Amino acid sequence: MSLEPTALGGVLEAVLVGLAFLDPDLLTAVTFDPEPAHIVGTGGAIGAILRHLIYLQFSSDRFPWPTLAVNVAGSFGFGAAIFAGAGETTIQLVGIGICGAFTTFSSFSVETVQLYERGDRLLAVANATGNLVLSLAAIGIAWIVVTAGPF
Amino acid sequence: MTAAHPLARLETLALIGIGGFAGSNLRYFSLGLLSDLQAVLLVNVLGCFVLGFLVYEAEYTDYIGRESRIVFTTGFLSSLTTYSTFAVQTATAAEPLVLVAVVAGNYGLGFVSVLGSRTLARRLRDRTSTVGGETA
Repeated sequence: MSLEPTALGGVLEAVLVGLAFLDPDLLTAVTFDPEPAHIVGTGGAIGAILRHLIYLQFSSDRFPWPTLAVNVAGSFGFGAAIFAGAGETTIQLVGIGICGAFTTFSSFSVETVQLYERGDRLLAVANATGNLVLSLAAIGIAWIVVTAGPF
Repeated sequence: MTAAHPLARLETLALIGIGGFAGSNLRYFSLGLLSDLQAVLLVNVLGCFVLGFLVYEAEYTDYIGRESRIVFTTGFLSSLTTYSTFAVQTATAAEPLVLVAVVAGNYGLGFVSVLGSRTLARRLRDRTSTVGGETA
């Protein structure tokens, strides 16, 4: 496995992946075999920027809503991709890349500890439980949507 | 205020994107080295420790600049760690015991490493204040 965080190559491949979605014939016209690490990295860059934009909109001193929101939404997205039977490349781009980077465990942990140490112990427990329960529920809903949907 | 300029915001977004590329890339690399459960546990615990240190360091000593902090926290570390894969692993756990181990492992070790990094940041603060206490 290679670890090549070349941003330019990743961006180029992201453009090609996008074009390939629009016009599947392009894949046969151009020899196009992106490195999995580049696909994941490109998705990761997209996920991280989207997360940052959510934080800019919804940050709150009282309760870490943005982290809860991205974790639940990202879990839904990853679940939906898996249940829809997405191929390896799509899982790398959407699941591991975009949803993986969009959601965050480190911010969640630090924010939970901070809630606890400033005295909001109940909120800390609610945050820890809420992230897990709502993310699992989102995965369940993703399963229902995908199996009942037209896909 | 330069931060209000649209180009300054664009630079921040680009830095976060690069951090996100590298962080998710490293997570993917560890998924290839270890089992999926081990890899997610490892990146989450490591990410919690380093993010915790940076957050408490900002509170206590604040040596690191704002830009570097954003690239590293919002970009790299938050993309290195992941909640969605953890949630999917919990939802699809084959046995109840695996489910408990996944949740207890990530939550327990995640919180413990945040507390550990807080201790480290406090040591740094205490050492700094004894060395440079008279000038401060």
